[in-house]
Amino acid sequence: MIWAAVLVAATACYALKLAGLSLPQRLFQDPRVQRTVPLLPVALLAALIATQTFSSGGKLVFDVRAAALAVAGVAVLLRAPFLVVIVAGAATAALLRLAF
Amino acid sequence: MITSNAKRGIVRDALGIGVATGAYAVSFGAISVTAGLSIAQTCALSVLMFTGASQFAFVGVIAAAGSPWAGAATAVLLGTRNALYALRLTTLLKVSGPRRLLAAQLVIDETTAMAIARDEPAQSRFAFYATGAAVFSLWNLGTLAGALATHALPDPKVLGLDAAPSAAFLALLAPRLRAREPLAIALAAAVVALLCLPFVPPGVPLLIVAVLVVFYGVFSR
Repeated sequence: MIWAAVLVAATACYALKLAGLSLPQRLFQDPRVQRTVPLLPVALLAALIATQTFSSGGKLVFDVRAAALAVAGVAVLLRAPFLVVIVAGAATAALLRLAF
Repeated sequence: MITSNAKRGIVRDALGIGVATGAYAVSFGAISVTAGLSIAQTCALSVLMFTGASQFAFVGVIAAAGSPWAGAATAVLLGTRNALYALRLTTLLKVSGPRRLLAAQLVIDETTAMAIARDEPAQSRFAFYATGAAVFSLWNLGTLAGALATHALPDPKVLGLDAAPSAAFLALLAPRLRAREPLAIALAAAVVALLCLPFVPPGVPLLIVAVLVVFYGVFSR
């Protein structure tokens, strides 16, 4: 089932790219579309961060991943590169698990 | 026309972006295999989907025990912005026929940013393809390296790789929060997602958030 979802999602993502290059421009020039589309990644990424950090198996939890997120947040504020942010988050979780 | 000097500068920038995203792809490969995808599925995502935030979301939802279809829906919703990027690029690239099929796959944050940063259409086009080629090769190479390395690990959780997706999403989100409205929307989305999390299957809170933000975008103001 993962394969089917991979292929369907990849095809749809490609179709979106191709649609932007192919469909008549006026379809996208509606101010509501221009306004809503950039808000989607903001809302979805924030929701992903919240659910990935504070849930486990469908339940709300609070564990070392919250500390990992906080450290990643500091790295972001310090304008660290992408990879440093990720390594900082992962290393925090790993070290805290080692310590406790 | 485009001077060889300008070309050199563009290629240098493109390689720089390619190396940075390639390193980022190593973490994608690692996170994806940790989430339970096979090496082939991980690499297929990077070749066929080729849009970072969507790929991270897809494997992130699966890692959180969500259904692959919830992951797919979230990935596609995150991919909608590429349609608007492509729209902006249409007048710059002026592609048609089979070439448009190739160019479409390269429409992502990085190539769009590089193309619209140039004043000359010829330079824009060159920047688009140079960045696209660099990022596509190194993104896929990095994915494979990350997937292979993680596959060899006995327990990726020891390295804290289960905490890596949130950090990745934060790094992707931060540059989009420079105004008050997106910041408020991000906070509201996080709260709504957590509030409905105990009551619906994993992955579904994201879709609820997506529906709400579309309503907000369409009907506010």
